[in-house]
Amino acid sequence: MDLIELKNLRKVYHLGELDVPVLNGISMTVSAGEMVSLMGASGSGKSTLMNILGCLDRPSSGQYLLEGRDITALDADEQAEIRNAKIGFVFQNFNLLPRTSALDNVMIPLEYRTTRLSARETREKAEALLEKMGLKDRMHHHPSQLSGGQQQRVAIARSLVNSPSILFADEPTGNLDSRTSREILEMFQQLNEEERITIMLVTHDPEVAAHAGRVIHICDGLIVDGAYCREAGDAA
Amino acid sequence: MKVLRSSRTALTALNRNKTRAVLTTLGIVIGIAAVIAMMEIGNGASKAIQDTISSMGSNTLLIHPASTSSGGASAGAGTGITLTAEDKDAILGGCPDVAQAAVVVRTSGQAVYASKNWVPGSIYGTEPSYLDVRDWKTLSEGDVFTERDIRNASKVCIIGQTVKRELFGDEPPVGRDIRINNISFKVVGVLSPKGANLMGMDQDDLILAPWTTIKYRVSNKRTTSTQTASTSSSSDSVNSLSSLYPSKGTSLYPSPSASQQANNPMPVRFANIDQIMVSAVSSRSISAAIDQITEVLRERHRIPEGQEDDFNIRDMTELTKTLTSTSTLMTRLLLIVALISLVVGGVGIMNIMLVSVTERTREIGLRMAVGAKGRDILAQFLLEAVILCLTGGLMGIALGRGISLIISSVLRWPTEISMPAIVMSVVVAGTVGIVFGFYPAWRASRLDPIEALRYE
Repeated sequence: MDLIELKNLRKVYHLGELDVPVLNGISMTVSAGEMVSLMGASGSGKSTLMNILGCLDRPSSGQYLLEGRDITALDADEQAEIRNAKIGFVFQNFNLLPRTSALDNVMIPLEYRTTRLSARETREKAEALLEKMGLKDRMHHHPSQLSGGQQQRVAIARSLVNSPSILFADEPTGNLDSRTSREILEMFQQLNEEERITIMLVTHDPEVAAHAGRVIHICDGLIVDGAYCREAGDAA
Repeated sequence: MKVLRSSRTALTALNRNKTRAVLTTLGIVIGIAAVIAMMEIGNGASKAIQDTISSMGSNTLLIHPASTSSGGASAGAGTGITLTAEDKDAILGGCPDVAQAAVVVRTSGQAVYASKNWVPGSIYGTEPSYLDVRDWKTLSEGDVFTERDIRNASKVCIIGQTVKRELFGDEPPVGRDIRINNISFKVVGVLSPKGANLMGMDQDDLILAPWTTIKYRVSNKRTTSTQTASTSSSSDSVNSLSSLYPSKGTSLYPSPSASQQANNPMPVRFANIDQIMVSAVSSRSISAAIDQITEVLRERHRIPEGQEDDFNIRDMTELTKTLTSTSTLMTRLLLIVALISLVVGGVGIMNIMLVSVTERTREIGLRMAVGAKGRDILAQFLLEAVILCLTGGLMGIALGRGISLIISSVLRWPTEISMPAIVMSVVVAGTVGIVFGFYPAWRASRLDPIEALRYE
């Protein structure tokens, strides 16, 4: 079964009297275990699409099925539960809490679980993930004491701590140098191949997008066949 | 469980910015400390003022017999002969709002010691409880006469400072004999100085003696009276003086039967007294005490309904009013100070929390992105505010106690620990936290996660 299924998804922003259409009917599917890149120039609507996919925003019309469940019908609290249990976010600017240890940062999503873990389980889970990210000896460091790559790895650990169905990475390498970028992207590939985690990379950089198995190009709110496509994207 | 989790989050968040947390708390700490210190010092001051006023006799009630008149000519206040020592016992036993009571018998006359003589302002025959009623607990020398002296009508007395000065000069008076109206009294004690009362009368110009002694040995007027007193027949058996002055001596005649007694009521001797001095439990219970005394005395004196009392009760209305208005004033003053400091502290908390919400917009966005619901955010920020306020409140209580202890030990001001103030501060601190923390927390919970994540 498809993990994500979009049917004619539209989003219109209302700026006063003016209606600004951002997504103009997007239909696509993502299967479990896939690694997909979402590519497009700024203003193409890729961020809006990612926000809707990440349950942070709601489409104006159309259907969004996540694991067969219609997400558009959910209220804000139910959306928050979905975000907590099914979705992991990795951001361009890491979004780690300052003056908070790496370990505590990783544990944040566990605070909002509907089924609560004990303090020990919480800790063990976070420690195991940080260890896997190669940050065993950095657990008690604050973000300001970590390099950019290390911070992003903490953020990845945080996004994985609730074992989500899908990981959204919004320009994950935008604030990193090329060597660290490659390391992070390799880590995504490794997670995808070894752990079978579904990953969606959102980027405007073709080099980054090339790390994914499939690239979806977005232009003016529609999925298009990109000129730089390695493989053909699904037609809208 | 949920609260526990949220408070842990809140604590970690506070811990992350200790300086800000401490500075925020400082407002509440100072506010609460000011409240506690003000309340304790104010309470002490208020109590000291009230003690001073009540030592003037604000709790005191005077019961006089009603006036008598003969042929339309009134004899003036207190000329009736309706009050007895048993009335006093009954008042003490039957009125819960009466703390102390003492009978008073007045006389006047000349006191003589060696070659000196003096006419004291007042010579009172009374009981040891008189000093309690007058709130005159300390004697500068010697002791008070005892109940036993009253039973024996002993010729002992205690004298006021003025009498001491006039009769003895520098000589120690205790143990010496003075003569009052040519009856010899041994001085057993000297009262501490009390000075003039509100009307400017010297309260130290006074001799106190057992009332029985004054009644039966010194004062000759109205020593006894014959009256077919309705009270006497019943109280005769409990009359403590019956052994001393038996109303029924050896019976000359065979004792009358019940019907004979009813037909020919015998005049019974009974000892009237000039006034009863009563102190109420507190100045607030004065009116209750008056009602209770009236009821007891009307019942004892068998006064039918609709008929006037055969006694008068006077209170110190002027003093009581002063006392009440003083304490109300003090309480209101303290309350206003307390409220102002708490509002200032609360607004401080709100300011910092609002700044904190703005500053932590990204954190809120992230928390929402990883699954925090609006109410989780609300709970976290509300709890942060409440924790700040409660911690501040507790520290404030400690600081306030410290300040009042320092003030009481350095400046020798009377302070009094005020439990209500402490309980109130904790409650108010919590309330301030909730009230002033709610708006920022609500704003935080209403943030749009997408906007919040993008916030720079």
